[in-house]
Amino acid sequence: MEEIPFEEALRQLEAIVVKLETGSLLLEEALQAFEEGVRLARICSKRLEEGEKKISVLLRSENGELVEGPFEAVPEREDEA
Amino acid sequence: MHPMDLFSSANRLPLDRQVFTVSELTSQIKEILEGTFVGIWVEGEISNLRRPSSGHMYLTLKDEATQISAVMFRSSNRDLRFTPKDGLAVIVYGRVSVYERRGEYQIAVEYMEPKGIGALQLAYEQLKERLAQEGLFDPAHKKPLPLLPQKVGVITSATGAAIRDILHVIHRRFANLQVILYPVQVQGETAAAEIARAIEDMNRWGKIEVLIVGRGGGSIEDLWAFNEEKVARAIFASRIPIISAVGHETDYTIADFVADVRAPTPSAAGEIVVTSKDQLCQRTDELVGRMVSSLQLRLQRHATALSHLKGRLQALTPEGMLKLQRQKLLAVADRLERGSFAILQLKRESLQRTVGKLGALSPLAVLERGFALCMRLPSLKIVRNAEEVGLGDVVLVRLCQGKILCQVKEREM
Repeated sequence: MEEIPFEEALRQLEAIVVKLETGSLLLEEALQAFEEGVRLARICSKRLEEGEKKISVLLRSENGELVEGPFEAVPEREDEA
Repeated sequence: MHPMDLFSSANRLPLDRQVFTVSELTSQIKEILEGTFVGIWVEGEISNLRRPSSGHMYLTLKDEATQISAVMFRSSNRDLRFTPKDGLAVIVYGRVSVYERRGEYQIAVEYMEPKGIGALQLAYEQLKERLAQEGLFDPAHKKPLPLLPQKVGVITSATGAAIRDILHVIHRRFANLQVILYPVQVQGETAAAEIARAIEDMNRWGKIEVLIVGRGGGSIEDLWAFNEEKVARAIFASRIPIISAVGHETDYTIADFVADVRAPTPSAAGEIVVTSKDQLCQRTDELVGRMVSSLQLRLQRHATALSHLKGRLQALTPEGMLKLQRQKLLAVADRLERGSFAILQLKRESLQRTVGKLGALSPLAVLERGFALCMRLPSLKIVRNAEEVGLGDVVLVRLCQGKILCQVKEREM
């Protein structure tokens, strides 16, 4: 349940807000929806914050294999004005 | 024509004659033409263009009055950037060659350029038109960018301005993004093939959510790789959404038209990827805010309604009813009290008035004002007329205070 993607969490959160705003829910339901909304918002924020900052380089080896390496490993060359 | 005429005209020709064979003549013509017209520039309009499977290109160059055949062999025409077409005005470079077997001459074209417009410009227009017709620029084929990409692929030069600018933007915005650079040549002979292969490789590798393909600014020649069909087709075939980021704001390459999103510059491509994240943060905050305030509003409304109802309910308890009745009773008693007091007051006033009137009519009151009553004795009859008494009679005079006996001494009538 915690693994839902960001897009899905945001979509569900939007739906909950609309439901709360139209006031069609019973109070009990509204409170439950609110709780669910807070949970979804946390997931959204977490997704937004997670992920590391990293810069790497993808290099093609002789046999066409793709190897990820550190950015610094790229040899300096000037091929663009 | 009479046979004699032939002879007569033949008679006028010189007698020592040199007779060529066709081959000899053709050979001399060839020598002269091919020796004279080498490395020449010719301008004309293309017509009757044919391109058989041999790959050679046969055409006629013409102007208003004349025409000349031309051929451009495959070895020469495969380097053409644009596609020659009937009606196109061109300038060609080449030499005149004579085809002895048929006694024909033609221009063997080694180089061709469109007249009035650069070859690259024309090639660009032609490819653009062709790909547009094929539907490569169709908005229906554009893939949406992922809302929150965490892995961004960049296909550009490892040392060029583009990767520097993209990394700068991402760094400045503190974006926790993974950037995976696939270094390629972005100009020169191999650039287009390298870029196209990189796009295919990135798709094969598959760990990328969005791909930026581009380079920094340069001349039309520098940017040319991004105008090549190979690159356009690789972009079109990519499953990963592609942001093109070639040159400056004003540079529009074929890659820009095929890409799912065109960024005016590499920096802008970085912004597109990062900005979406900022907006999502804002959006999430806004949704939470709306959720909280809508629930608060609702709770407030309930609280108000509740306290209102509580007030009404309190009035309906036995105690409340008793209190209410007591209040009513007090009010009535009060009214009663006030009412009876008023009546008493009224009666009292009326009594006083009556007593006053009574006083005014009492004889005592008259005496008080200084009058006196005169009465005969012993009858005590009130004397109203002087004739009723005789001289010397004694009468009783009643004053306000006390009585006196008086003797009549004189009468006056």
